[in-house]
Amino acid sequence: MNKGAKKTLIKLVVAVPLMFAFGFALVPLYDVFCEVTGLNGKVFQSEHSDDLIAEQGRPLSLQFISTNNENMPWKFEPSVKVLKIETGKYYTATFSVKNTTDKKMTAQAVPSVAPSNAAAHLKKLECFCFEKQELMPGEEALLPVKLLVSNELPSNIKNVILSYTIFDITDYNDIELANNQIVME
Amino acid sequence: MSAVIENHHEDHDHGPAKGITRWLYTTNHKDIGTLYLWFSFAMFLIGGAMAMIIRAELFQPGMQIVEPEFYNQMITLHGLIMIFGGVMPAFVGLANWLVPMMIGAPDMALPRMNNLSFWILPFAFLILLSSLFMEGGAPNFGWTFYAPLSTTYAPPSVTFFIFSVHIMGASSIMGAINVVVTIMNMRAPGVGLMKMPLFVWSWLITAYLLIAVMPVLAGAVTMMLMDIHFGTSFFNAAGGGDPVLFQHIFWFFGHPEVYIMILPAFGIVSHIIETFSRKQLFGYSSMVWAMLSIAILSFVVWAHHMFTVGLPLAAEIFFMWATMLIAVPTGVKVFNWVATMFRGSLTFETPMLFAIAFVVLFTIGGLSGLMLAIVPADFQYHDTYFVVAHFHYVLVPGAIFSIMAAVYYWIPKWSGNMYDERLGKLHFWLSFVGVNVTFFPQHFIGLAGMPRRYPDYSLQFADWNMVSSVGAFLFGFSQLLFLFIVLKTVMGGKKATSQVWDGARGLEWTVASPAPYHTFSTPPKVD
Repeated sequence: MNKGAKKTLIKLVVAVPLMFAFGFALVPLYDVFCEVTGLNGKVFQSEHSDDLIAEQGRPLSLQFISTNNENMPWKFEPSVKVLKIETGKYYTATFSVKNTTDKKMTAQAVPSVAPSNAAAHLKKLECFCFEKQELMPGEEALLPVKLLVSNELPSNIKNVILSYTIFDITDYNDIELANNQIVME
Repeated sequence: MSAVIENHHEDHDHGPAKGITRWLYTTNHKDIGTLYLWFSFAMFLIGGAMAMIIRAELFQPGMQIVEPEFYNQMITLHGLIMIFGGVMPAFVGLANWLVPMMIGAPDMALPRMNNLSFWILPFAFLILLSSLFMEGGAPNFGWTFYAPLSTTYAPPSVTFFIFSVHIMGASSIMGAINVVVTIMNMRAPGVGLMKMPLFVWSWLITAYLLIAVMPVLAGAVTMMLMDIHFGTSFFNAAGGGDPVLFQHIFWFFGHPEVYIMILPAFGIVSHIIETFSRKQLFGYSSMVWAMLSIAILSFVVWAHHMFTVGLPLAAEIFFMWATMLIAVPTGVKVFNWVATMFRGSLTFETPMLFAIAFVVLFTIGGLSGLMLAIVPADFQYHDTYFVVAHFHYVLVPGAIFSIMAAVYYWIPKWSGNMYDERLGKLHFWLSFVGVNVTFFPQHFIGLAGMPRRYPDYSLQFADWNMVSSVGAFLFGFSQLLFLFIVLKTVMGGKKATSQVWDGARGLEWTVASPAPYHTFSTPPKVD
């Protein structure tokens, strides 16, 4: 093989793992892109800042929706379905949740905001969705979310919907293993 | 391009080895080209048989022949086999046969890798097809394998599917690297970049596309593998992942893939139309620039496959206009083909018939693509038979007609024998009628709202589905005639001259027919 061919070959062989890595790089890039633009209705944890507080807010209706993923048996619903709020002020909303089964289960709530261009202006200081929820059989809980809608929300938006889907993320393999061990002991 | 050949016959010149080892160990570009072409023909017939099962089930509304689960496996495997087993290896086979001869090189630059890249392919498809006999059946999530359908809800055989895609990807990448290294470094003196035959140009661009996107596909299936077996959550919303992300990554591969399957066809058709018009091709350099711009644009249009996932308005408008922009270079190409034929002294041998049908029918497929690019219209057409009609029009009378045209055009050079012109024309007309009867009615049932990927449908779609199935059987069974014609030509027939076609230009027509086992051991002189 001549020298030129070797050079071309090396360049191309290097390009392949680079493009493979690029495929994986798309994952964090996508998250960053969504965070910056607020697309995809994704909401991330925000820090408190005095700039967010507004003396004169405008009225807004904040609607809560809860959904159970697949066969998730828990009872999961917002305490209030619609909250009349003002931009630039903190509010705390709660969701009631109950493990209706006789097993210890773990759940994860995944949020989404509609319309998607409101997502960047919805600031969550605390949210149950930032953590896993573990409930014993029959246990109930009230899950809080502390949020503020910034004054910079586009003025054509009069209604913001915050929805949560609750997923069952219990590791059933571990439970079976644990049960087996109990039986064996 | 004209060339002077010096025929040095030296004593150490040797032919192929005898028996099966010739094919197993071969590093000869012509042998490997032949292997690729036969492999792709076999896959074409297997994928075609699956299409026959699909159309038989859709012949009437209601469930008649297969279970819905099996139907889903058929549509998935039909798509995967036709794309990765039929069209792509056929083009690689043509590249193997033709690229070295067209640029005056003795062989591909990396002959051993060439052997490897072919011989891993049969294993990839054995793995994929073996999944039909596994518990839970073969992959059933469509060739686009959207997560979580292909992860959380997939049959256990999905792991075999993932490994077979890895192997197919490795094969394509090696093939593409080989083509680029060959074209960039082994051109005979005098064959400048802008003097290369268009098929060589089309493959150079295709190879770069393959190197850019096949690793991304490998990444996507690797993420699936990790989600399924190693507890990651790339595409699992419960763990913070995102199923829409899968579609972005998949179509970042998937759209350039579409052009991987059509650019070599552009090259082939340019040669054939030039030959049978007995004129120089109109607008050579604009053809090159058109292919380059199509290739570059193909990286910024992927989201037009996902208009209905809830993209923001700005993104929908951007992807709509970027998609429509592709019509411009494509239009340039169609214009050039027509302009080449204009006032040429045309004859209509079988390759020319396929090439002209390509221009007309590919344009129909391109125009329905433009309709699909319009965002509000796409909301209506998405996942209907209109989409099925569109991509079959660009792939069957597009890519596959160009491959058939190429086989008729170059088989005298490969085998040394002329094919039977009467049978060739019969094959063309059966295929031409069959393709249109199959896919044209699918536009109507798609616009009327029939969704794709279902084994059953409402009564109002019954008539056109029956027509479509009849066309499919006609098209499907005429391909057995194609097999017969190819076999007959390989076994014997009227001897072909070196030039074969009186309008043919290019280095491959300066060597004897059949092409000697080793050509251009000393580079030809090209003005």
